[in-house]
Amino acid sequence: MLRTTPFHSRTAPLSQAQNWRRWSGYLTASSYELHHDREYWAIRNSAALIDVSPLHKYRIEGPDAERLLDRVVTRDVTKCKLHQVLYTPWCDDDGKVMDDGTLARLADDSFRLTSAEPNLRWLQDNALGMDVSIRDISEDVAAVALQGPNARRILHDAANGVADDLRFFRLTKGEIAGVPVEITRTGYTGDLGYEIWTEPANAEALWDGLIEAGDPHRILPAGMLALDIARVEAGLVLIGVDYVPAHRAIIEDRKSSPFELGLGWTVKLDGNWFVGRDALIAEKQRGPEWEFRGLDVSWDALEALYNEVGLPPQLPSEGWRTSVPVYSGSAQVGYATSGCWSPLLKKYIALAHLQSAYAGAGTDLRMEITVEHHRKKAAARVVETQFFNPDRKRSNPEASA
Amino acid sequence: MSAASRLSASRYDAIIVGGGHNGLVTAAYLAKAGKKVLVLEKRHMLGGAAVTEEINPGFKYSVCSYVVSLLRPEIIRDLELPKHGLQILPLESTFTPLPNGDYLARWGDHDQTRREIYRHSPRDADAYDDFGKLMYQLAVAVKPILAMVPPDPTSMSPKDLMGFLKLGKHFRGLGHEQFHALHKLMTMSSADYLDEWFETEALKATMSSSGIIGTFLGPRSPGTAYVLLHHYMGEIDGAMRAWGFAKGGTGSVSESIASSAREHGAEIMTEAGVSHVTVHNGKATGVVLDDGKEYSAPVVVSALDPKRTFLDLVDQKHLPGDFVRDIKRFRIRGSSGKVNLSLSDLPDFTCKPGVGPHHKGAVSISPSIEYLERAYDEAKYGDFSSRPYMDIVMPSMIDAGMAPPGKHVMSIFVQYAPSDLRGGWDEAKREAFGDAVIDTLAQYAPNLPDAILHRQVLTPWDIDREMGLTNGNIFHGELSLQQLFCMRPTVGYADYTTPLKGYFQAGSGTHPGGGVTGASGRLAALKILGGGAGRHGAPT
Repeated sequence: MLRTTPFHSRTAPLSQAQNWRRWSGYLTASSYELHHDREYWAIRNSAALIDVSPLHKYRIEGPDAERLLDRVVTRDVTKCKLHQVLYTPWCDDDGKVMDDGTLARLADDSFRLTSAEPNLRWLQDNALGMDVSIRDISEDVAAVALQGPNARRILHDAANGVADDLRFFRLTKGEIAGVPVEITRTGYTGDLGYEIWTEPANAEALWDGLIEAGDPHRILPAGMLALDIARVEAGLVLIGVDYVPAHRAIIEDRKSSPFELGLGWTVKLDGNWFVGRDALIAEKQRGPEWEFRGLDVSWDALEALYNEVGLPPQLPSEGWRTSVPVYSGSAQVGYATSGCWSPLLKKYIALAHLQSAYAGAGTDLRMEITVEHHRKKAAARVVETQFFNPDRKRSNPEASA
Repeated sequence: MSAASRLSASRYDAIIVGGGHNGLVTAAYLAKAGKKVLVLEKRHMLGGAAVTEEINPGFKYSVCSYVVSLLRPEIIRDLELPKHGLQILPLESTFTPLPNGDYLARWGDHDQTRREIYRHSPRDADAYDDFGKLMYQLAVAVKPILAMVPPDPTSMSPKDLMGFLKLGKHFRGLGHEQFHALHKLMTMSSADYLDEWFETEALKATMSSSGIIGTFLGPRSPGTAYVLLHHYMGEIDGAMRAWGFAKGGTGSVSESIASSAREHGAEIMTEAGVSHVTVHNGKATGVVLDDGKEYSAPVVVSALDPKRTFLDLVDQKHLPGDFVRDIKRFRIRGSSGKVNLSLSDLPDFTCKPGVGPHHKGAVSISPSIEYLERAYDEAKYGDFSSRPYMDIVMPSMIDAGMAPPGKHVMSIFVQYAPSDLRGGWDEAKREAFGDAVIDTLAQYAPNLPDAILHRQVLTPWDIDREMGLTNGNIFHGELSLQQLFCMRPTVGYADYTTPLKGYFQAGSGTHPGGGVTGASGRLAALKILGGGAGRHGAPT
């Protein structure tokens, strides 16, 4: 039996579509409305409220908390300030990515780590001999993401302005609808947005408070289908879709290093030793074999291919998560793992693993598409993974005021 | 001299007269191709009829054009408009309140719509799907035409002949059913055409309304059926979500295009009305502004309507007599007006009380074909409709930024308001027209009059004077069959050229015509850039 999240009493009655899916053993909405279109546009145009409670969450506390995390993740945790949040992957000894998530410094010796997969054992194994407590707090923390250009205005009203000046990837504490919350300027949409954390008993009050404050700003609860398009536009990797966690990979070829996932920027090789560091130093020296890139599929090519069968281009209305071959000429040089029609950019876009020799921006490749049951190849150009990256995502309130 | 060398001879390579959305599209494409471009706009703001103005503080009106119908996705991509702020939000439903206390709604969801039509007529519910399929097929067949520069049927040039050959082949490729349906569409009235399919009056009326918008014709006028097809062209792009409401109002379409043009180096001036185009030795050489300033360029592009482009900007002695005669005959009667409201409350419809999803889509006052035809009858004889057709949207329900929290803006497209009103328009008649609109709407939503905080009424007279659209015709000339494709604006000059060398046209008065599509502006730019092949005055 799937579990329900602490927001279920609020989300369930909203579901017109009864379109649910599973996420880490929880029931979660794919879309609330019959079509996810308006939910997607809420992310980009007003504000979307997304239940992200199924994330795995860990509280790491004690004198050695910083040491442990600095040893596990690829980023330099010693540089993480109080109330700062880091996005980071973590690797096995071979420098292959096991998971990725956000790490928030709640106090000098206290952190919260989120992840997509369970990581308790890995954290404990790495903490041998350390003075640190590691608790799985997944069920003790309810979380919602408030994402979209109106998110700051809504929080201003709902949380008494405590987050008005909150910078990108920072944390603050406050109160919404009378309940204590932690607010982080984080999210999975590539837009202005926040994630709000509270105890499960407060979840309903939090939800109601945000909906009430958000109503004049056209807040809309959104499900995973809308989120999936937004995250592809933002070029954010998804575990289990864009990469296989190293410790779950049956064969070696399924594993990816941070460099191969476009996460090289998170790998801090000049700091302390961390798991996988030696392998990553070596990989950096010889250069990664694969790179993770954006593909901009040519509209003219799609139109021409569909025109052959007498149709206008048929576009997927949902994001797809299958492996699709990518070619240079007739030779396969990679594969796309996520893609969608971007309603905002009016482009057919995909995220792809490409052999490094073919991964340079501007390289002209071809991606397989199925046109009326027949496999064809459509011209696609290699671009950066961040198809959409608005200033408001990271801009400070002063600058945007 | 080659086009390239001549283009580099002066300070600007091209001057665009008119900073409406088409003029800006032309400018952006030319600038992107490396040309030095100057855009001259008469008003204090850009956009022409695609503007957002805060006439009542805190309330933003898409003053004229209120939905983005068919803005070409290739323009959105080529000019990177999302990067420059463009977002087109879906408008999903059409809600038609009825005098008998019922309503007809077409929702974003297919099954919901089917069930709603079924409630009125089970037969129509079935027919609606079949009709949709056929119209989709026809739209697919006709759509490529919109993207091509029309060939000249009177020309013997290989390029034009090839164009017609391609066109003929294209139409021969249609099946019998589609060919006959297309024939019917080209010749029938929308009322007759829809009668062959449906029995629900409100459904027929609401569907037929897309065949009469912006045109001085009624649903029973032959030729209106074809315009229905334009609606389904939008359906093809439906998957691309190119149809809807621009965040920030329609002005943001113009703003984003202007921003892209500037990024590519275009220079854009407002409050720079052009008095006339200068001509030397049968060639356009530049422009003179109202204040006497002069700018020269080897290419001058007018994005104004054909009347202003040829009868106001250019001395007629520079143009062939038969051409001037054709332009004088070009039909450009204004048929519609616009009412913009600031509201303290949403309209509460008697037939569907409370706030609901119907407030997030279009509301259509089109209860029956007879209602629409009667509205037309009044206009035919010189009066505005006392019970007009209306197409209403409430942008603040889609984009909260359009009005202060808790308040709303309402955009009401109103037809018919003849430009040549009996006795002429004046301020009293304008307000009487506004009153008729509010009075009509109050029959369906009685709370509306008391919720009005501010109202702006635009008649064709106002649209002509303020926006510079001749007779207030929103499409720069009626979209009737004799004024489309290779006849738009006139035979021989449907390829964006003019009889005057170096002078081009890029407004909606050229193929493929009206609406915020940008297609004319883009095709004109492509024509200018590919100039050498042109017969009529293109740089060679």
